Amino acid sequence: MFKLDDEQKMIIDTVQRIAAKEIAPRAAELDETAGFPHHAIEVFAQNGLLTPLLPNEFGGVQLSFLVFSIVLEEIAKVCASSALVLIAQADGMLPILHGGTEDLKRRYLERLADDSTQLTAIAATEPSAGSDILSMRTKAVRKADKYIINGQKCFITNGSVADFFVLYAYTDPSKGARGISAFVVEKSFPGLVYGKNENKMGMRGSINSELFFEDMEVPAENLVGVEGQGFANLMKTLSMSRLFCASQAVGIADGALNHATKYASERTQFSKPIAALSPIQFMVADMAAGVESARLLTRKAASLFDEGEEKRAGVFAAMAKFTASDTAMRVTTDAVQIMGGYGYMKDYPVERMMRDAKLTQIYTGTNQIMRLVAGRSLLSI
Amino acid sequence: MDHTITETSQELGILREAVHRAAKEKVAPLASSIDELGEFNRDVEALCWDLGLLTLALPAEFGGMERNTGTALCIAVEELARFCASSALLLIIQAVGSYPIVHGLTGKIRDRILARIGEERQLVAYLVTEPAGGSDVAGIKTTAIRDGDEYVLNGTKCFATNGGVASIYSVLARTSKEGGHMGLSFFLVERERTGLKVGRKENKLGQRGSNTTEVFLDDVRVPAAHLLGEEGKGFLLAMKDFDMSRPAVGAQALGIAEGALDAMVKYSTERRTFGKFLAEHQMIQAIIADSATLIEAGRGLIYRAASLYDEGKPNTKIASMAKCFTSDAAMKIATDAVQVLGGYGYMKDFNVERMFRDAKLTQIFEGANQIQRIVIAREILKDAGLSI
Repeated sequence: MFKLDDEQKMIIDTVQRIAAKEIAPRAAELDETAGFPHHAIEVFAQNGLLTPLLPNEFGGVQLSFLVFSIVLEEIAKVCASSALVLIAQADGMLPILHGGTEDLKRRYLERLADDSTQLTAIAATEPSAGSDILSMRTKAVRKADKYIINGQKCFITNGSVADFFVLYAYTDPSKGARGISAFVVEKSFPGLVYGKNENKMGMRGSINSELFFEDMEVPAENLVGVEGQGFANLMKTLSMSRLFCASQAVGIADGALNHATKYASERTQFSKPIAALSPIQFMVADMAAGVESARLLTRKAASLFDEGEEKRAGVFAAMAKFTASDTAMRVTTDAVQIMGGYGYMKDYPVERMMRDAKLTQIYTGTNQIMRLVAGRSLLSI
Repeated sequence: MDHTITETSQELGILREAVHRAAKEKVAPLASSIDELGEFNRDVEALCWDLGLLTLALPAEFGGMERNTGTALCIAVEELARFCASSALLLIIQAVGSYPIVHGLTGKIRDRILARIGEERQLVAYLVTEPAGGSDVAGIKTTAIRDGDEYVLNGTKCFATNGGVASIYSVLARTSKEGGHMGLSFFLVERERTGLKVGRKENKLGQRGSNTTEVFLDDVRVPAAHLLGEEGKGFLLAMKDFDMSRPAVGAQALGIAEGALDAMVKYSTERRTFGKFLAEHQMIQAIIADSATLIEAGRGLIYRAASLYDEGKPNTKIASMAKCFTSDAAMKIATDAVQVLGGYGYMKDFNVERMFRDAKLTQIFEGANQIQRIVIAREILKDAGLSI
């Protein structure tokens, strides 16, 4: 199951090397200073891995979903924030790939090709429209060859650093889901105003921004597809993004498990390594079983996307997302527990992993929404 | 504010009201900045002195309670922890650190030291944990060697709450070469003793307003009269201290959990999604129901354990249950509170992410929950005739 060919294995090897040498050593500092992983972006770009799902025809390496999932896992094992930058990058690329005209694809996707360090993002969430995305208030009004956009977005990953991003807005609020459209917005567009970057509990090495649109002018040719297709376009990207989030969560959990087992083997209490104590053995067994289960479900979802089984893939991605993120939350909390007082200190990475894990239960659709998505689909409601 | 059935005494009801009001009005507005700065707050300390909360566990003539000490401590800790867990921790450690002194110090020096704590308002720290001696207290390496009329202490203590702000320390050290629990003794060491040095302050995930440091003891000489209790009986004194402190840690977890529940109820009755209040969605109602149920169960255990302590009855099993159950509950409830608040909950503008970080410590300190389970089982099996 989930066999990789030699080329795919080589990519994973490269990513593991990058993760160990370039990303892991700076993960703690990135978190403490709430910086941005420019170093990770540079090294990903040099290896053509900053936008690894980008198709060959636009100059990308066109990784399969399965390999991308493993790439995210490997990076998240050492630094979840760095993995999140890649996820935002995929999220910003996919709506153009799925819905854009040939012209739009050429103009924007090629900017992400080869060793480009250009960043992108997806902007849908608003203060009063999170899980309930149809409550968004941002509006786009057509005026000659432009759209004039007013409104605001929040919590946007890569928001203030993206060179361009995909924005969702109502072009016709009376039509509900069929009244939302997607636009490609460039950093330089007049009327785009950056708000604050959020001060978060975890994933502090990724940037989440407020964006304001004050009579922002967007050329009509930057509409993704046709008016009214935005919601469907967003749903398609989100169903894939759930796979990415699940992969990241598996990585976080596995990283924490590795630290906890290493510590348990080295820490002596009661005259023996704590690994020799059965309560610790039980915890590690449960943690490992959780990680492996979540990983299998996640890779299953990835394979379904690769096979083009989009509907089933969407359900599996939703199940993988809540399973993997719940697992990550539990495993990281237990990893801190195994490491005791030391685990609670910032000298060890597990407390960071615990803070990072919490976001995976929330973003790209809370786990409550994921259960609704999966449950309704399974019950055909 | 919930009153429990055990609070029959008017005095305890008054205490709860007073601490609740002070915590809500004076401590809550500071909680976020205390966390963000990661610094001990002297204004909160002064408030706690003014309210008599840092002398609760002292004899009555030094500001302590005439009775119901354990329950009073839990009430004060719970009400503070609702708004600021770091501030509640200050109270727990003051009581825990004072315990070996109150119950072990004799002679002329006793009144002087108790006056120093109670009247001169000085903080006490509890120096037990060492780098190699955490859950395994018998693994303690700090030594206290008798030399004429003095003991000479050498060793390193870590994760000492109030380590850098206390003036008085209760130190557990090895007085006998024979290993195990029976070679340990408690000593009173004042801050100004030559050879005592406070090390670096820890950078923690949560409870960042509490001062946690290393403390080094390098040929620290104390008079023989500073031995607390009998030589070789330090471990037993520590165990009795736990009977008071573990319900209090449970109370801290309870307060955190109540703060988190308050936050999720408030948010979910204000936030609208899909055309109704968040609280109108049944899945959110289930989270609220489960949280409130765990809180009530934890409350029952905690005040049962505390009242047994106050009556002088054995409470070791219930005390461990109270600590273990309520801290696990607090971790779950705080995690769920962040979930209910969604993206907002993950941001530092709201308080639940702090509660999430604070809650984790309650599963670890005063005996990791793995140790609590062993204690609980041991007490049950002892009654069944099996000694382990």
